[in-house]
Amino acid sequence: MTSRARLRDDLRRHPRIVIGGGLVLFLILVALFAPLIAPFDPTKVDGSVSLEPPSWTHPFGTDDVGRDVLSRVIFGSRVSLSVGLIAVGIGAVIGISVGMVAGYAGGPFDLVAMRIIDALLAFPALLLAIAITAALGPDLRNAMIAIGVVAIPAFTRLARGQVLTMRGREYVEAARTVGCSDTRILARHIFPNITNPLIVQGTLAIAGAMLAEAALSFLGLGAQPPTPTWGADIYYSQRYLSNLKWWMSVGPGLAIFLAVFSFNFLGDALRDALDPRLRRSG
Amino acid sequence: MTQYVLRRLVFMVPVAILVTIIVFTLLHLTPGDPVRIIAGEEPDPATLEAVRHELGLDQPLPLQYVSWISRAVTGDFGRSIRTHQPVLEAIGERVPATLELGLTAVALSVIVALVVGTLSAVRRNSALDLMATGLTLAGVSLPNFFLGLILILVFGLVLGVAHPGGYVKFSDDPLDNLGRLVLPAITLATASIAVNMRQIRSSLLDVFGQDYMRTARAKGLSEGHVIARHALKNGLIPAVTIIGLQIGAVIEGAFITETVFLWPGVGKLAVDSINGRDYPVVQAIVLLSALSFMASTLVVDILYAWLDPRISYRSTSA
Repeated sequence: MTSRARLRDDLRRHPRIVIGGGLVLFLILVALFAPLIAPFDPTKVDGSVSLEPPSWTHPFGTDDVGRDVLSRVIFGSRVSLSVGLIAVGIGAVIGISVGMVAGYAGGPFDLVAMRIIDALLAFPALLLAIAITAALGPDLRNAMIAIGVVAIPAFTRLARGQVLTMRGREYVEAARTVGCSDTRILARHIFPNITNPLIVQGTLAIAGAMLAEAALSFLGLGAQPPTPTWGADIYYSQRYLSNLKWWMSVGPGLAIFLAVFSFNFLGDALRDALDPRLRRSG
Repeated sequence: MTQYVLRRLVFMVPVAILVTIIVFTLLHLTPGDPVRIIAGEEPDPATLEAVRHELGLDQPLPLQYVSWISRAVTGDFGRSIRTHQPVLEAIGERVPATLELGLTAVALSVIVALVVGTLSAVRRNSALDLMATGLTLAGVSLPNFFLGLILILVFGLVLGVAHPGGYVKFSDDPLDNLGRLVLPAITLATASIAVNMRQIRSSLLDVFGQDYMRTARAKGLSEGHVIARHALKNGLIPAVTIIGLQIGAVIEGAFITETVFLWPGVGKLAVDSINGRDYPVVQAIVLLSALSFMASTLVVDILYAWLDPRISYRSTSA
């Protein structure tokens, strides 16, 4: 069976991947085309329409200074997605590189690297992200770095474990016998064989990173005003909750939920499809 | 078993030292001069120098670390910049509120997850199972600060059946204290209910396929007896790990939940201290949280090895 036919067959057998992928694609398109989709400028202040409940003109209502909540939610997807992708990118590149080298080389590098990873794992994840962002200073770039650092250990442990199982395989021995360098063996022979669990981990990590970004923004440690972010907008809306101006919180809250749910859903579906044990039984 | 515990303890030492180095380094990454924050607005150079000397910040970094760690070991984390209260005392005052909230949330999570997870596994692929699986995914995707605000809005403000926030000591008014505990405990428990439910369901499904389950049924035991005495007893072992880690990470969820519900625990103290740039308090909370998380991981590992002796045999023979 060709790889394309295999993919088509897999997708037919796992419709959840198509649904999850569709949701994620929808999010990416919203973020990419935000300026075209958003009905208003998300930072435009208009006192004449402040605190308006949802209507045809403002489907998610307006905030206390008359900014359109829907437009802020649409633009907020840019921050959330970019933090998710960049932070997990940082975590994946560092984590996978260290994990693969540690698993392949063993010895003192493995020992030292894994103790550092153990130390990072000693911190509850969100606590570490909060501590790093608080130390570096509250802004979007530092939030990305913090969430990226927190993502490293899971990738390192996963990559190391996978390399340990692959290290003694015949195809690795064969590559070594024909004189391939260690770097080439890792990059060209082992890496392509361990990508499935890494893809699953990456997808679920993006969901976690988006949730962490929302939490950091809620605590005032993410992107600073007037940049529209879902977490910060919910924090800001809290003061109007006692007046029952619920729409300021509900729009961004549902957006975080939908975005995180989409990546979790896709990650779960990919795990079911790519896990060889589940593939056999399914 | 003793050998296993000793090995785990020895492994913990370098990790604990690395944790202290990370926490110490984090404070030194902080932009700006902490001395200026401590000394107040526009201090003269002599005051700055005096404060710097008093805090030992004029020493080389390794010496500063040694001095900080030797004081921290004795419980001396310095004084809060905002309140001038000893840091350990400030944290100690907040611990009971955090423990009350955290442990209630974990208990709630375990009870709900155990009931729904078991029913879900027993009636696999039923409408209940599908609904529970869907809710699991929703539970881990819902940010707890948003859930908290929705609960405050619906039950606290619109229906008026629960307190929207605030705290009263249990010793002052037990009923009021418990009434105010309901919404934050549900908020904090929701994500872990989802995780625990998924774990219990999948462990039980693994156990259901084992030979001893068939034997138990073949002996003519009732289904309830088979599940309670044979399946749950073995199936819950992996869940112990996750629940133990959740107890150790109580502070993590408390950061957000305590802030939303104005619950005066360690999490709220940490958030207030971050906003007030009260670094000695932040540093102590981060360090103590990490060390207590490590301790709970150790306890969980030991408990796990005790419940399933194959663990310690495997790792000591490896």
